[in-house]
Amino acid sequence: MAATDVRNPDYFHKVVDCQWACPAHTPVPEYIRMIAAGRYSDAYMVNWHSNVFPGILGRTCDRPCEPACRRGRVEEVTGAPQPVAICRLKRVAADNKDGVKARMPSPAATMNGKRVALIGAGPASLTVARDLLPLGYTVVLYDGDTSAGGMMRTQIPKFRLPESVLDEEVDYILDLQPELRLGQKINSLRGLLSENYDAIFVGCGAPRGRELEIPGRKEAAANIHIGIDWLSSVSFGHTSKIGKRVIVLGGGNTAMDCCRTSRRLGGEKVDVVVRSGFEEMKASPWEKEDAMHEGIPIHNFLVPKEFLHEQGKLIGVRFEKVKAEYDAKGRRSLVPAGEPDTVMPCDDVLVAVGQENAFPWIERDIGLGFDKWDMPVVDPATMQSTHPKVFFGGDAAFGPKNIIWAVAHGHDAAISIDLLCRGEDVNRRPPPMVNLSSQKMGIHEWSYDNDISNDARYKVPHAPIEQTLKNVRLEVELGFDLKQAFAEAQRCLNCDIQTVFDAPKCIECDACVDICPMDCITFTANDAEEELREHLSAPSLHPDQDLYISPALKTGRIMAKDEDLCLHCGLCAERCPTGAWDMQKFLLNAPKTEYACRHG
Amino acid sequence: MTYIVKPRLRHPALPVNKLGFTHRDYEGTVSTLCAGCGHDSISAAIIQACFELAIEPHRVAKLSGIGCSSKTPTYFLGQSHGFNSVHGRMPSVLTGANLANKDLIYLGVSGDGDSASIGLGQFVHCIRRGVNMVYITENNGVYGLTKGQFSATADKGSKSKGGASNMDTALDLASMALMVGASFVGRSFSGDKEQMVPLIMAAMRHPGPAFIDIVSPCVAFNNHAGSTKAYDFVRAHNEAVNSLDIMEPRNPITVEYAPGTTEEVALHDGSTLRLAKLDASYDPHDRIMAMAYLQAKAAKGEFVTGLIYMDRQAGDLHANLGTVDAPLNSLSEKELCPGAKALDGFNTSHR
Repeated sequence: MAATDVRNPDYFHKVVDCQWACPAHTPVPEYIRMIAAGRYSDAYMVNWHSNVFPGILGRTCDRPCEPACRRGRVEEVTGAPQPVAICRLKRVAADNKDGVKARMPSPAATMNGKRVALIGAGPASLTVARDLLPLGYTVVLYDGDTSAGGMMRTQIPKFRLPESVLDEEVDYILDLQPELRLGQKINSLRGLLSENYDAIFVGCGAPRGRELEIPGRKEAAANIHIGIDWLSSVSFGHTSKIGKRVIVLGGGNTAMDCCRTSRRLGGEKVDVVVRSGFEEMKASPWEKEDAMHEGIPIHNFLVPKEFLHEQGKLIGVRFEKVKAEYDAKGRRSLVPAGEPDTVMPCDDVLVAVGQENAFPWIERDIGLGFDKWDMPVVDPATMQSTHPKVFFGGDAAFGPKNIIWAVAHGHDAAISIDLLCRGEDVNRRPPPMVNLSSQKMGIHEWSYDNDISNDARYKVPHAPIEQTLKNVRLEVELGFDLKQAFAEAQRCLNCDIQTVFDAPKCIECDACVDICPMDCITFTANDAEEELREHLSAPSLHPDQDLYISPALKTGRIMAKDEDLCLHCGLCAERCPTGAWDMQKFLLNAPKTEYACRHG
Repeated sequence: MTYIVKPRLRHPALPVNKLGFTHRDYEGTVSTLCAGCGHDSISAAIIQACFELAIEPHRVAKLSGIGCSSKTPTYFLGQSHGFNSVHGRMPSVLTGANLANKDLIYLGVSGDGDSASIGLGQFVHCIRRGVNMVYITENNGVYGLTKGQFSATADKGSKSKGGASNMDTALDLASMALMVGASFVGRSFSGDKEQMVPLIMAAMRHPGPAFIDIVSPCVAFNNHAGSTKAYDFVRAHNEAVNSLDIMEPRNPITVEYAPGTTEEVALHDGSTLRLAKLDASYDPHDRIMAMAYLQAKAAKGEFVTGLIYMDRQAGDLHANLGTVDAPLNSLSEKELCPGAKALDGFNTSHR
């Protein structure tokens, strides 16, 4: 194998599994160390620059970082590997920060004369607004609802995301003074284009809940509700009751929000029914857990066939039992199990079987291309549509995802809009800001805590269920207290503190090999990657994790380090007599507009 | 040295031996020696050898004297018996322990100061008595704990870190061991685990006094130009006479050598030692030739490593003394004090 080029920012970035997995590339270990040090405001600001909504995401994020977390791999010997509770630590920063208002950017002193319209006031648009407003752009924010926040306000129940948290973080952006056009729905993109904006960003989400067209749908319509519309109605206080027996159809996070909300609005017997198996449900595992904890059973392999009704009133749902069958390629199909149908009686049904994009307000003859699925054609790097002035982001761009993706799209779109307005090529993307610095303080002293905590993952305490089920606005999770937060933060392996190897200094004494607790390091003859992976000190378990390869050493051998299970404990560097190993902090800030780069 | 405890976490797919242990289970507490010390690599090789032989840790007694080398038994086999003796007196303590309980595996760990200076008399007598043991010297040519004075194994003409030349003649512990009757003699280098591990394994399987001299660079005081025990110097002048493999009955032979270049020796536990001859003329069963060979190579400034000598008919102290089969410490009062009648009979036999 060729020697690893650590000057390529992607190499060390990939070692920081959480940051690499995060769509917004938040420097996770950096802020976790700040939390451990009690620097909550600093931790908040690291998050805020990167993901804009730390308090909101610390409660609602889909956490792509956690399945990626190295801790979940190195704990495998304990039998119950668990990643660091990254998401809930983010909340700790938000809950315990001091006033950060003074650290927020100020509205631009002078405007640059460029006008940008943002359609929808959800996370994607708010991110674009934050990245552009301090640069002097005039940003006009449209939304059909009367307050900003988008799906974060309408679809996420208050018992998961209190209004005060949402308002605070939305306000940090509204304080930058966009022109608000709330309650003003855009009905024609052609019309908006004619208003001579320099750029338009579409961040209107995926606002249509998928229908379930089976017999009885029309007749029993009064008691059958589309999940996201119903949640929004609850959120705005228009709906405050539901029947005693509720069936929720669907297995995603919206279904989990629907069933848990139902339990709080009078649903005594609430059941979730999914077509697929329990394991394949789209809902995050912790959301399923929370629902079941509230006494909500999840029934699987049942396909709804008919809404049963009597005299115009819904009385139940008939389901066909199915089973999963896999073809030679491993593709699954659901086939009838050959058992009699089951009927579940109920008073109300919530349909949460998916969301769709809908762009009836975008004329198809204005030079903005749609693909065969009737989705706009959007460049995933620039977020630009085929109309040079129109950009997309969030669920509007590539269908339903989650808030953190919307933020990432927002950053990319803001960069593109800024480039466009300055007359530059939107495809010339700015590089990330990268810094690599030694953490050595003394002979065996590092500026980070390298003593690995052996603790298992801490559980976030919940409010008593007797209280939470009575009040749809009472937050269920209490968040970590500061002691728990410190202990959980100490589980982080500091994967951003890189093991950097300087081959000319190595005397091949084997000290690093002997001390490495994970048997990551091997000195061996060079070979092709596949062969090298066969000859490592310990088996290579995840070929997607890189091998760090040194140039040839004095004996002609090379050093090969399997990055996969490194604890970043720094013992290799402590044992190295010549300083060939050093622990260096790799800090990467993903590209943002010029404003955010300067301040990130 | 390091200030943190080595993390308990380990690689989830580490191989396990037939006892169900990983090599991590044979570790001791974290080393307090200097970063890069060759002794730590020797500890790692001992750990690896015991792991591969699937030795039950409680069946090992590790004994040492004083010095950097003699600190190391703390850093391996944390579940084994240990005895840290007076300076240079490890061999007699080991002899006594072996006499009392011959069922344990005795591992003496010493250094060039402990064995070649203050303990030289103990070293030769322990070997000439034929005590069944593995005796390892971690040989760095200097007194590391007292800041790097030449030890008795420092080569004549080699230079100290401060630039002074050593004018005394060096003791060669391997040659001395051959001379006084070691039935297994090896020499190795701490920077070469591939050689060290099978050598230690073979020595542990050898039923007599087995001695291994391991050159182990002192990174603090003896790893400079002009030293003959520095990493670079040893790598440049190291001449291995053979390479070793220990094959368990269950493991098939995988590496093929040209006919006539390998020799297989059955070890008494059923495993096989395979020697690949790197110097075709070298016969590791000829003691006289081995002694001459070491001297001839040393005169050329070369440093011979590998299995230098092995007596296939080795015996030990207990055989020489004709002790009973049971370990002496297991004998009860009944066997030890057979009564007046037995004493009378015994006395009569001498009249």
